[in-house]
Amino acid sequence: MMLTFANVSKHYDGTTPRNVLRGVNLELRAGECVAIMGESGVGKSTLLNLAAGLDRPDAGQIVFDGHDLATLDDDAATLQRRQKMGFVFQAFHVLPNLSAAQNIALPLLLNGMRAKDVPPRVSFVLLAVGLGGREHALPRELSGGELQRVAIARALVHQPRLVLADEPTGNLDHDTAMRILALLRELAQKNGAGVLLATHSAAVATAADRVLRLTPDGLEPYAPGAGG
Amino acid sequence: MRWLGAVRPSRDCASSRSSCLARLWRRTGDRMPAGGVGAALIAGEMRGHPLRTLIGILAIAAGVAMGYAVQLINRAALGELSATVNSLMGNADFELRGPRAGFDEALYPRIARLPEVAAASPVVEVDARVAGRDEALKLLGVDVFRAGYVTPNLVGRVEQADRRNGAKGTSLDLLDPDTVFLSPAALTWLALKPGDTLTVQVGLGPVALRVAGVLGASGDAVRVGVMDIGAAQWRLQRLGTLARIDIKLKPGVDAEVFAHSIAPLLPAGVAAVTPGDNAHRTSMLSRAYRANLNVLALVALFTGAFLVFTMQALAVLRRRAQFALLRAIGVTQRGVLRLVVSEGAILGVLGAAAGLAIGFALAAAVLRYAGGDLGGGYFEGVQPRVRFDVLPAAIFFALGVAASVLGSLAPALEAARARPARALKAGDEEAPASRLRTKRTVTAALSAIAAGVVAALLPPVAGLPVFGYLAIALLLLGGVLAMPALARAVFAVLPRSNHALPQLVLAQLANAPGRATIGLAGIVTSFSLMTAMAIMVSSFRVAVDDWLQLLLPAPLYLRASPGGDSAFLSPGDQAAIAATPGIARAEFLRATQISLDARLPPVSLLARPIDPNHPGARLPLTTAPLVPQAGDAPPVWISEAAADLYGMQPGQRITLPLAGRRLPFTVAGIWRDYARQFGAIVIDASDYRRLTRDTRVTDAALWLAPGVAPAQAIARLRESVPGGQRLEFAQPGEIRAASLRIFDRSFAVTYLLEAVAVIIGLFGVGASFGSQALARTREFGMLRHIGVTRRQIALMLAMEGALVALLGVLAGLTLGLSLAMVLVHVVNPQSFHWTMSVHMPWGLLAALASAVVVAAALTALLSSRAAMSVDAVRAVRDDW
Repeated sequence: MMLTFANVSKHYDGTTPRNVLRGVNLELRAGECVAIMGESGVGKSTLLNLAAGLDRPDAGQIVFDGHDLATLDDDAATLQRRQKMGFVFQAFHVLPNLSAAQNIALPLLLNGMRAKDVPPRVSFVLLAVGLGGREHALPRELSGGELQRVAIARALVHQPRLVLADEPTGNLDHDTAMRILALLRELAQKNGAGVLLATHSAAVATAADRVLRLTPDGLEPYAPGAGG
Repeated sequence: MRWLGAVRPSRDCASSRSSCLARLWRRTGDRMPAGGVGAALIAGEMRGHPLRTLIGILAIAAGVAMGYAVQLINRAALGELSATVNSLMGNADFELRGPRAGFDEALYPRIARLPEVAAASPVVEVDARVAGRDEALKLLGVDVFRAGYVTPNLVGRVEQADRRNGAKGTSLDLLDPDTVFLSPAALTWLALKPGDTLTVQVGLGPVALRVAGVLGASGDAVRVGVMDIGAAQWRLQRLGTLARIDIKLKPGVDAEVFAHSIAPLLPAGVAAVTPGDNAHRTSMLSRAYRANLNVLALVALFTGAFLVFTMQALAVLRRRAQFALLRAIGVTQRGVLRLVVSEGAILGVLGAAAGLAIGFALAAAVLRYAGGDLGGGYFEGVQPRVRFDVLPAAIFFALGVAASVLGSLAPALEAARARPARALKAGDEEAPASRLRTKRTVTAALSAIAAGVVAALLPPVAGLPVFGYLAIALLLLGGVLAMPALARAVFAVLPRSNHALPQLVLAQLANAPGRATIGLAGIVTSFSLMTAMAIMVSSFRVAVDDWLQLLLPAPLYLRASPGGDSAFLSPGDQAAIAATPGIARAEFLRATQISLDARLPPVSLLARPIDPNHPGARLPLTTAPLVPQAGDAPPVWISEAAADLYGMQPGQRITLPLAGRRLPFTVAGIWRDYARQFGAIVIDASDYRRLTRDTRVTDAALWLAPGVAPAQAIARLRESVPGGQRLEFAQPGEIRAASLRIFDRSFAVTYLLEAVAVIIGLFGVGASFGSQALARTREFGMLRHIGVTRRQIALMLAMEGALVALLGVLAGLTLGLSLAMVLVHVVNPQSFHWTMSVHMPWGLLAALASAVVVAAALTALLSSRAAMSVDAVRAVRDDW
């Protein structure tokens, strides 16, 4: 199993302390795409943060690629993300002052890939996401759909084991969203990467292998077309 | 600020706050949102960024404080000096003033008998060396029966209390040749009281005078003593001479017409001087110094305004989406403009108010501890006090507010003009900055630089380097305007790295230099000013040192007194010195002053042995000397200041007022003199003695016999010369050290102002990078998600800061060098009439440059801490 949540709980202190996750169990296999649905504020983002090692559970265990994330310090968790994870954000978060190719090359360079190997890899991924010939374009010159393609390319260019995507199509129209999602799935599957997808869109969720609904009591299987 | 007037929301606002606001704002037409809302936006911004607000206030406060303090100090010192002069002139309509050595007293009866004259009072004036002190006390000799009509302030008063205390006070003390009446300031300064003895040095001997009373009406700060005129002539060895005649005219007589009519009666070197001339001459003493200080203070205010600009520009960039939202829901362009300008105005009001308070305290402290000339040596003997006046305070308050408003204006215009739809899009922050790189900006930069070069070539205005300052301002403006294009060009051609972090840094700087440009401009401004000042001061210091070396060829120097003109060496003293065993050779110098223009401070006349065929052996000549031909008038060598102020040229035949006559001379050369700003003329000692019959001297250069150490020679001279214990000795090294100490003290205030400019520049860098980092919080968050550590982000920011600073330092160095050329070759000669060669303090500049780069890197790092401390999850929370 690539990613395992075992009885994970998380609560936030504050003026109104809140239990966000309670007894969450999840297993994600390599090449599998799991969509997490749920109402706003139910804890989808928290779940993804925990999977990324950006936050720590109050109880339970999260094991990624054989490592208990809670035992890793900040640098070690950062290294896990750098080498083995890719991220797709709703607002793209493409660096405005880097070209499309430079944005995509970032994870490769961070992972110390030899300089001469970077351009061919970036070109390959650019072609794969349908942005061939746009490598020198700056983000301000790209449309929303193109920006999300750059973000997907960046998430996959270093062939991560896990892709975490939170509302990756939230800023896109329906047709573009579906094309982007298909692309994400296709490329992830080719790389054998697991995809954990948080969304509130039933249409998006149907593209996943499995759909789970996050409730205050944990994760439960969910069939979007079946209501509820 | 009219939009700040209260507009209350209606009841239906409770349901939908945003639509209600929009309606309210539309209702106000072109105005910004209703009072409470507008104020809340400003207050919220200030509360949200208290440090930024505080720095803005302090920047304006620093500029206002500097300018206001300089103004208060100058005003206090000049006011006190004018009061002193007025106090000494009393009711006189004008005075006839002669050279420092005095004029023949026979003039007095001729003037006093003129029908237009109501009263004339002859005065002897000597700056007497007080035993045990370096500073001199002004002693006046007056005829009490005449002075009572013209200058009653100068008539002493015998205190009744003194008589009761046993002091021998009687009205006859006014005529007693052994008595002196001191002003309260002089009594305090000398720690004397009536009945005590004041000892002054005349020649090399002591003269003891009993303090018989007080000059009651002489003003609080005037240090002066008054004696009977006959006693003064006798005891102070000024027999037969007067320094001035104070004249009160009969009613209806026009002073100017009368002064003109008596001109033919006056011996050469004696001129009619009105109180206005005196005030002008007094103000001229320190005018150039004050002008330069004021300009430095304005520089501090300018850098304050620049910092406000930097912070407002970045705040506007940061709030670009917020302003776009305001525009989208109905706020007009003018409304946004007013909002940002009002923020600047509030910073200005708070900063200016704080600046006035700080400036007042600063002025009081400086006057108390450093004197009215900030170490410049212009107002000795005057103890001014700081005084609050509404008008100057109002002017500096307005200047502070104006500087802050002007600093906010460009960012405000930018905020107002931004297209809401574009501004709402991420990544558009670069758009306004990219406008700075337009051809128009580059053209403006080149035009400003060209205009600056032209301005540097123009002559002074009223003796001040107005165009020189303008040239500096234009070059600075041109340099700053050229920075966006330069940054773009430089960062674009830097080689790309294959490592992620350097690539991120270089890409950030190459593609978004606009944001960096704002911080960069701060560094360029402050570093160029710092460089220019460092080069100018270094050039000046080296020039002074070289000059002193040439001017001090002997191993030992002596003078009759460190100050005043009561001490001198008589022919007997000179003979005793020359005959002292161990003295191989003695060259004597007579220093006195003559007036060539009643409205200007007097010119120094230095009589010393000069070989007309080789004047360069003793004088640092700036031009090839003219060797006098048979039949030529005696040669004189004039200083650069004398040449500038009186339009004298080598080869020119001039006349100088000596010994009551106007005598012809030939200008045989121009020499460099850093000691006497109002001119000096050197004449060969034998010519001087022959023409004036004045055999007294004031200084001597001594060459010692082989094997005689300076200490031995000093000991022998003290023994062999009558009064030798009062001689002042110095070796060239000591004179140079003392001179350079005075030099450094004079420039201390410029170092302070320079430091303020640099600190403000670094604040600019901090503000720039802090705002950039906040604007890039999401970027950092994303980088953290994809595996960049906090340390790497910190390193990245430090590298960006260092690279920006490095470019700023290199550009600042180039710009600073041009500014230094203007300072050295235009401002200095036009202000002080002295020239010098440029000397580059490479070591200092390298150290300063390194310090600025390191400081900028650290500042960038520190100011980015807030952004980096936001955790990666929160940074991208819009999505998660």
